[in-house]
Amino acid sequence: MSDVAERVKKIVVEHLGVEEAKVTENASFIDDLGADSLDTVELVMAFEEEFSIEIPDDAAEKIATVKDAIDFIGKKQA
Amino acid sequence: MFRLDGKRALVTGASGGIGGAVARALHAQGAAVALAGTRQAALDQLAAELGERATVLVADLSDAAATDGLVKEAERLLGGIDILVNNAGLTRDGLVLRMKDEDWQRVLDVNLTAAFRLSRACLRGMMKQRWGRIVSVTSVVGHTGNPGQANYAASKAAIAGMSKAIAAEVASRGITVNCVAPGFIATAMTDVLNDEQRARIQGQIPAGRMGTSEEVAAAVAFLASGEAGYVTGQTIHVNGGMAML
Repeated sequence: MSDVAERVKKIVVEHLGVEEAKVTENASFIDDLGADSLDTVELVMAFEEEFSIEIPDDAAEKIATVKDAIDFIGKKQA
Repeated sequence: MFRLDGKRALVTGASGGIGGAVARALHAQGAAVALAGTRQAALDQLAAELGERATVLVADLSDAAATDGLVKEAERLLGGIDILVNNAGLTRDGLVLRMKDEDWQRVLDVNLTAAFRLSRACLRGMMKQRWGRIVSVTSVVGHTGNPGQANYAASKAAIAGMSKAIAAEVASRGITVNCVAPGFIATAMTDVLNDEQRARIQGQIPAGRMGTSEEVAAAVAFLASGEAGYVTGQTIHVNGGMAML
């Protein structure tokens, strides 16, 4: 597992207070992990902070699953 | 009741009459306070009077960068912000027909836009800690209107609307957002009124007197407390019955 994936999952676990096992790559923040719209905004802000990147609103809207986040951040860092 | 021990508050406009009283009230309840304003001498004096748990931050709220910097600096000094009191405000009175764009804009910038920016900046930390209080000092004229104050009334009414929207957004995170709307309070801002204006306004107050800054501060202290956790999106009117809304 890549470093980005690990860090993303750690943030998700911390922010949503869910079990690590539930945070699979295909897990949807809202449908599977119980996040509300405010949680998703908080997550995006946490990702921005953790990885020192900016995630524009239109990109943020498309980040629905753990994998979406990992892919987006991976591309930003590449 | 209403103790604020261990809480950290940022109060803007703390060099003014109401802002100073708010800072004193929160401090008396046990909070650490960051006193923000433009007049360093007045802030230093207040900080010296309060002693421990008081720090001074000079910032011009019409400057966007300074506003964001203010929150960062307050968080650094206090270790976080639990309570934000948007109290800073100014007037540039004039009848609409003669009101200049810059007088409109300046009042909106300082009274409304700064309150928005400060709230946004403070919410980040409040969301993380799952506790926060935002209290904005508005005005009765935001609800009733007042000739010569189109800009000021607009800014204060806008804060009330903004507060309700933010309140709805963050209520699930233990954060409340409310307003305190003073009526006719004896401060430097009301000293500029002439005798005729003063007599006219005072005649409309059932309590028959001007309010005090301390009476406004008491309402702010209540809304800042843990006990007020189920009160959000509201305005407490402190106006001697001048307008019963």
